[in-house]
Amino acid sequence: MMQLQCPYCGVRDEMEFRFGGQSHITRPSPEATDAEWADYLFNRDNLKGVHAERWYHGFGCGRWFNVLRDTSTHEMLGVYRMGAPRPALPGKDGETP
Amino acid sequence: MSAKCAHAADGAGAPAKVPVQPARLAKGGLIDRDAPLEFTFNGRRYHGYAGDTLASALLANRVRVVGRSFKYHRPRGVLSAGVEEPNALLEVDAGYGSEALVRATMQPLTQGLTARHTNSWPSLGWDLGRIVDFTRPLWRAGFYNKTFMWPGWHWYEGAIRRVAGIGRLPAAPDRRSYYHQNLHCDVLVAGSGPAGLAAALAAASSGAHVVLVEQDREPGGTLLFEAGRIDGETADAWRLQTLHRLRQMPNVRLMPSATVTGYYDHNVLTVHDRVDITHPQRAVERFWKIRAKEVVLATGAIEQPLVFAGNDRPGIMLASAVRHYIVRYSVTPGCRVAVAANHDEAWRTAFVLQDHDIDVPLIADVRSEPGEAVLAEARRRGLEVRLAAAITNTYGTKGLRSIEVGTLAEFVDGTRRDTSSVRCDALAMSGGWSPAVHLYSQAGGRLRYDSTHGCFVPDRCRQRVRVAGAANGSFGLGAALREGHAVGAAAAEAAGFATTARQYGHAAEADDYPVSPLRAHRFSSADRQWIDFAHDVTVADIEQAVCENYVSVEHLKRYTTTGMSVDQGKTSNLNALAMLAQLTARTIPQVGTTTFRPNYTPVTLGAIAGARSGELYAPARRMPGHAWHAARDAVFDSYGDWLRPAFYAKVGESREQAIRREVLSQREAAGLFEGSPLGKIEVVGPDAAEFLNRIYVNNVLTLKTAQVRYGLMLNENGVVLDDGVFTKLADGHYLLNTTGANADRIVAWLCEWHQCEWPQLELLISPVTEQWAALTVAGPAAREVLAGIETDIDFSAEAFPHMSLRCGLIEGLPARVQRVSFTGERSFEISVPADAAETLCQRIERAGAPYGLVPVGVEAVLVMRLEKGYLHVGSDTDGTTNPFDVGFGAIVDRKQTDFVGSRSLRRPNDQRVDRRQLVGLELLGGSAPLRAGAQLVESRGTGYRSVGFVTSACVSPTLERTVALGMLEGGLARKGDVVTGMDEGRQYRLRVVSPCVYDPAGERING
Ligand SMILES: [Zn+2]
Repeated sequence: MMQLQCPYCGVRDEMEFRFGGQSHITRPSPEATDAEWADYLFNRDNLKGVHAERWYHGFGCGRWFNVLRDTSTHEMLGVYRMGAPRPALPGKDGETP
Repeated sequence: MSAKCAHAADGAGAPAKVPVQPARLAKGGLIDRDAPLEFTFNGRRYHGYAGDTLASALLANRVRVVGRSFKYHRPRGVLSAGVEEPNALLEVDAGYGSEALVRATMQPLTQGLTARHTNSWPSLGWDLGRIVDFTRPLWRAGFYNKTFMWPGWHWYEGAIRRVAGIGRLPAAPDRRSYYHQNLHCDVLVAGSGPAGLAAALAAASSGAHVVLVEQDREPGGTLLFEAGRIDGETADAWRLQTLHRLRQMPNVRLMPSATVTGYYDHNVLTVHDRVDITHPQRAVERFWKIRAKEVVLATGAIEQPLVFAGNDRPGIMLASAVRHYIVRYSVTPGCRVAVAANHDEAWRTAFVLQDHDIDVPLIADVRSEPGEAVLAEARRRGLEVRLAAAITNTYGTKGLRSIEVGTLAEFVDGTRRDTSSVRCDALAMSGGWSPAVHLYSQAGGRLRYDSTHGCFVPDRCRQRVRVAGAANGSFGLGAALREGHAVGAAAAEAAGFATTARQYGHAAEADDYPVSPLRAHRFSSADRQWIDFAHDVTVADIEQAVCENYVSVEHLKRYTTTGMSVDQGKTSNLNALAMLAQLTARTIPQVGTTTFRPNYTPVTLGAIAGARSGELYAPARRMPGHAWHAARDAVFDSYGDWLRPAFYAKVGESREQAIRREVLSQREAAGLFEGSPLGKIEVVGPDAAEFLNRIYVNNVLTLKTAQVRYGLMLNENGVVLDDGVFTKLADGHYLLNTTGANADRIVAWLCEWHQCEWPQLELLISPVTEQWAALTVAGPAAREVLAGIETDIDFSAEAFPHMSLRCGLIEGLPARVQRVSFTGERSFEISVPADAAETLCQRIERAGAPYGLVPVGVEAVLVMRLEKGYLHVGSDTDGTTNPFDVGFGAIVDRKQTDFVGSRSLRRPNDQRVDRRQLVGLELLGGSAPLRAGAQLVESRGTGYRSVGFVTSACVSPTLERTVALGMLEGGLARKGDVVTGMDEGRQYRLRVVSPCVYDPAGERING
C-alpha cells in the first residue's frame, strides 16, 4: 500500500485517496470533431516511467492534486497543486513506454 | 519394525499415571515434562508435553502415517519441523473451533486437542483411493484435461470431486475473534534466528522502535536446536540472554507466533498473529498492517528434499527436521536413522543422532569428495560412509523399513553393481537449502542464482529492505551473527538513529560446515521420485510436461500443479526447476523461478475479514426517525447503505397487502414518508449558478429564488448519472437533491469538476445530507393534515404552488419545505434539523389521524412512482442510457450552452432513433405479475430477437392492473404497438403506452 504526500495534509496512506487518472488532459471545446472528442474521452497514456496523475484526498481534506509517480517502481517523485504546470524532473522526464 | 531402540525411552521409570511415549528421549529438550497433555489423533488417545507441537507429539508416540497424499493416496509421514510441511496437514480442533489443513508442525499441543487426518476413505490405514497409486501412469500431469474429455467432463465431475478434495469445512460456528491492527515502526525484523536477534539488538540499541516478528511460538530459530557456541556459551544460553535484553527495552515489540505473510508497496508488511489463539477465554487472531521505515529480513532458509525413488515414504524426513525433533523436542524419528545428503552441512545430523545414542547405519553422499572436516569427523566417530552413492529405492508399507543404496555410476551405464540394502526405520535427507526469499521477492526484489550454494539469493531491491543470514545465502552461525548485526545497525541509521553498539555475539565461522550441494538427479523410475509431496508431482510429470513443450517454469507449474498446494512449493520448487533445467539442457538461472506472491503461509479467511463480519460486514446507516418507524412495526430492509422501512406490517397482513394498503391510503387520504437518505448538497458562491448550469442538462440560470426544478446530470460520455430536483434558496445559493444511493458520489463528482476543470469559479460545495431529516406529507388530505401543526408557512394552493420552496418555522423548528412529488400526489417535503425527526413525526401523526394518514414505506413509494411513470435512475437506466432515451430530448435541445456530456450527445450513435428508449407497457389480458428483466422480443425467422426488456413492473393497487416500464428499440415512436414479452418461457402481450398512466394531466399533483 502506497503512501502519498497530500500538499494540504501531509503524508497519508493510499486508502485515504482516490485515483483520478492521468493529469493535464485538456477538455476540448464543444466544436471538437467526434475523433477529437473520443480521444479526450477514451485515450490515455499507458506508460512505464514517470506518470503525472490526479489524486483525490476523499478521506481527508477533499482536495484534488497532482502526483508524479514512477509506474514501474511506485516511487513518488513530486506533488503539485491542481492547475499548476508539471514540474521538470532532471534525468527522469522523457521516459517512454 | 519391532527392533528395540538403544536409547532409553522417557517415562520408563515414571509413575504409571503418565503413559510411555515410546520415541521420547529420556532427557533434554525445550519441553515441560511436568506438564503432560492429552490429545487424540483419529480418535486414539495420546500424550505429549507442553512445548510440543502436534507433530512432535505424534512422533513421540511413533505415529508414522499422518495422512494420505493428494492424488495417489499414498501413506505420508511428517517431513519437516516447520512452515514448509507438505504432508502433515490435519484437521485440528484445539478448543476454538475446527480448522482444516493445519500444519501439525506449527500447531502447539494443547490439552484436549483433537486431530484427524484429512484425505483418505474409508480409513487412514486402508484407503481405497490408493488404487490410483497402483494405476499411476494413468494419472500424470494433465490427466484431467486428457482423460475426462469423453463424453464430457460433467460426466465424471461428481466422482472426481468426492475423492479430490482435502479437508472438511467446519460445521460448528467459529469461536475465535478476529481483528485488524495497524502499526508504524522504524525497523521491522522478520525472523528471530541468530541473524534476526543480532539485527534486532543492533537496531534497538540505537533507540529505534523495533518490531521483531517470529512465526514460531518460541523465538530463536535455529538456535533452538543447533549446536554451536556464541561468545563461549551455548547457543541456547545466548538466545535466552538476548531475548531477556530485548524484552527489557521499551522500544522493542517482540511478536512470537506471528508470521510476516506479505510485503507490499512502500514498506507495508502484513503479519498474521496467532499469539492469543489459545487464550482460554478469548481466542483471537490478529492481522497486522505494519509500515516500517526500514525492514530486515532474517527469514532463514528451507531445507530441500533429495529426489530418489520412494522418497515419500513415512520415516523419510528433512535432515534438519531430525535434529530439530531430537534437540528441541527430545523425540527421535526412528531407532536406526540413515543419512542421505549432497553437501557437508547435512552430515551434522548423523553426529547429533550419534550423540543421542541413536544408531546411524549409513551416511550416503552423492559426491565423491565431500569436505575434509566432515569426513574426518565421521571417521573419528566410526560412522559408515558411502560416497558417490545414491538411494535407489526404499521399502516398507506403512513406514520405512529399509533403503537400497547404489553407486551413481550404475544409473549411467544401466548395470547394477554395488547395490546394498540398509535396514533403517528413518532417513534424514538433505538436498541443500533454499533461502526464504519470498518476502524479498514480494517487495519487488530481484533474485540471483548462487551457484556455490545452489540456490537463489537476494540481489537488489528498490524498497528499503536488507537481508541477513541464511535468507541471504550466508549459511552458518558466525555469518548470521555478523550480517545480522551489520544490517540491523545500518537499518537503524537509515531510519535516522545513531548506532554505536559493537557486535554482541560472535561465533567462529570456521566451525560452519559448507552448504554446497551437488544435484545429481537420475531416473531409475521417474514416476516414483517425488518432487512435490503435497500435490503428488513426480519426476515423470515433469518429463511429461517437457515432452509436451511446457518448458517455461510458469507453464510447468500450472501444467503439473507443482508448488501450488498449501505449502506453495517450499520444499519442491527448487527441485522442480532444477529438474526442468536438466531435462531441457539449460542452467537453473536460465530457467528462473516462478513469482512469489503473498501470503507466505496460509492466512485464515477470518483474519483477512477481521471484525468485518455479521452486522459489521456493512454497517447500516439508520435514519433520524428510525425509532419512530420501529415503534410502528416497520419491516426494515437495506436500501443502499441505509436501513429503511420497506413497509409497516399490521397484524395478519402480508407484505403485498401492507404495500397495497399504504398506496391506497396515500392516494385516498394522506401518507407520511421519511426520505432522509435523499442526498442534499448546498452550492454557495457568486459562480454557483454558472457552475450548476454546466453540470445539469437543465437550465439553471433561469431559475428564480424559491423555485424548484427537476434536473438530470450526465457523465462526460452523455450517460444519465443521477436525477433529482435543485432549488434556488437565494442568489448564489442552491440546494441540490440527489438519489440516496448517489449522495456521496455526486459530492465527489462536483468537487472534481470544480477543482480540476473550473477552479476559477468561486463557490463552495457542502454535503448536508445528514444535517437534515426529510419528512414527506403527501395525498389529497396533505394540506388539511399540515393545517393541524404549528407553523408560519402558508400551505394554501395560491401561496405555495407545486415546484416551489418555502422556509419558516414548523413546531418551532427551522424548516425548509419543498412542494415536490415522487408519487403523483399533492406533496410537501419538510426538512428539519435531523435530531427533530422523531418529534415532528409524532406531531404529524397526531395531526393526520383524523384524516387517515398512515406511515408509508419505500415499497409503496416505488409502486406509486411507477404508476406515475417517474424515472428511477439505476432501475430504468443503465450505463448506456442517454437523456434522449428517457424522454428528455426537448430539454437537451433547448439548452444553448455547454454542459457535462453535451458534446457526447451529438455523436451519431447517441442520435440514433432506434436506440432503446423508455416506454410504458400495458399488459393485455389480465394482471399477471410481470417482472423486471423480462425480455421484449420480436420474431425473426424461426426464433426471436430481443428488442428490449422490462425495467420496472408491479401490479398497481390504484389501477388494479399490471403497470410496467421498459426499454424498447425505437420505443418513443411506437406508442400503440403491441410487443411480446418473455419471462422464463411465459409469453405476454404488451401494448406500448406513455410511461405515465396515473393522473397524466397532473391535476392531483397541482391541486
Ligand atoms: Zn489532504
